[in-house]
Amino acid sequence: MGRKRQTIFFENKPYISSAYSIGGKKEGDGPLRKWFDMCLNDDTFGEKTWEKAESKMLKTAMTEALRRGGRSVEEAGAMLSGDLLNQLMSSSFMARDMHIPFLGMYGACSTMTESLILGSVLVDGRYSDDVVIGASSHYCTAERQFRMPLEHGNQRPPSAQWTATAAGAMLLSSCGRGEAAEAIDDGSYIELRDVRVEAGTIGKVIDAGVKDANQMGSAMTPAAVDTLLNHMEDTGRDLDHYDLILTGDLGFIGKDIMRDLLEGAGLNKADIETRYDDCGTMIYESQQDVHSGGSGCGCSASTFAGYVYKKMRRGELDRVLIMSTGALLSTISPFQGESIPGIAHAVSLVSE
Amino acid sequence: MDKKKQIEKKDISKAYSKYADRFTPKPKYFKNIIKAFVIGGALCAAAMWLENKFIASGNSQEDASAYVVIILIMAAQLLTGLGVFDTIAKHAGAGVIVPITGFANSMVAPALEYKKEGVVLGVGGKLFSLAGPVLVCGITSSILVGLIYLMLDKLGIG
Repeated sequence: MGRKRQTIFFENKPYISSAYSIGGKKEGDGPLRKWFDMCLNDDTFGEKTWEKAESKMLKTAMTEALRRGGRSVEEAGAMLSGDLLNQLMSSSFMARDMHIPFLGMYGACSTMTESLILGSVLVDGRYSDDVVIGASSHYCTAERQFRMPLEHGNQRPPSAQWTATAAGAMLLSSCGRGEAAEAIDDGSYIELRDVRVEAGTIGKVIDAGVKDANQMGSAMTPAAVDTLLNHMEDTGRDLDHYDLILTGDLGFIGKDIMRDLLEGAGLNKADIETRYDDCGTMIYESQQDVHSGGSGCGCSASTFAGYVYKKMRRGELDRVLIMSTGALLSTISPFQGESIPGIAHAVSLVSE
Repeated sequence: MDKKKQIEKKDISKAYSKYADRFTPKPKYFKNIIKAFVIGGALCAAAMWLENKFIASGNSQEDASAYVVIILIMAAQLLTGLGVFDTIAKHAGAGVIVPITGFANSMVAPALEYKKEGVVLGVGGKLFSLAGPVLVCGITSSILVGLIYLMLDKLGIG
């Protein structure tokens, strides 16, 4: 394992041998519906509480990722996962039923790449051959914890984002052993490539002083810019090294600011236009009344485990940089007048 | 030195907010105000019409307004329970939040939400989580204004 400042280069390039993504009802009506492995018809998922529903979503994603990768529960050496709830309720309660060595992660909405980097460290360092990672969020659990009761009649400002009801999980392995081919619509088979984790950049917490909890996008963008620029510097790469660069949940406003800041940093404008996108702007249609786009751990988790992973397996994308972005505010910090610290971790994936 | 740093941080945050504002669409204040005025006005006109009907059918003014308030509260509660109120409020805004319907909604929404945590500590504990701060501030300010009025009255100014 090599290291340069913030960036870790994985010597053995751990394989993502399988992935599974779940979207809620609203996400299933969105543009990414065909990339999700499963969409809920009912956001309660047959459970009595929203928290149980989120936990069940995460559990389903984890077990399905293991099953698709052909691993049993006993083979998994560790499970890394996180969510947005206090004391990591969804993850811990999911782990209660799984009997896999468990490490809870919290990076707000950046949890997916945080777990992906640490999971890859475990596999690359040969501490474990199979590590399953994941993250989840649920609109109804996040809303009641961070904002208002669901039925309360209030108007959301245009900068507000919609917490995605979604979960994503990936199985990291020291050797590729996932499915080798996939049937496509016309009945023929396409050979699937291996997706491997090549490098990861651990982000710094950056606080630009945004205090409005309805301005998550602009609060997180400086952190995303910082991580991306440091990644470029550490790796000596340019934007055009990647076919796609995805941030987690900056939303429409954050994405515009990100583009502007990157341009200001002297990066090629055409590359930014064609290669950069944001999961928060991809997961919903604009007429779905989500204002500035999607957010939440599940937004990036499900997009990476669904859209990005499948496209890479099919060979439609060769090199992708994924960056989940998190707003590290707590339920009390805005009331104490604190601004919102942001964070972003980047992971470089290659398909070969 | 530390103070200088603090000021610098404040400046950066101010400059960034200003910069980020350029990308942030403003709420449609004018449209929202018109919508709130029309819907809120219609709601109040309907309530007034109802009150007049009650008075016409032989109730005292006091009874009639009590009936109307009860009907408004019950309607708002029912609509909240059916999950329609938040959709209406999304468009009507202050038009349904400022009248007593908003108060009813702010009580029923947490009651529904926290039912899962039990009747006593869930519903009981969180019932006033939205209405509580409004009540406390409203009652406190009404007492303060009352005291000022009383003093002015005693001094012979009022």
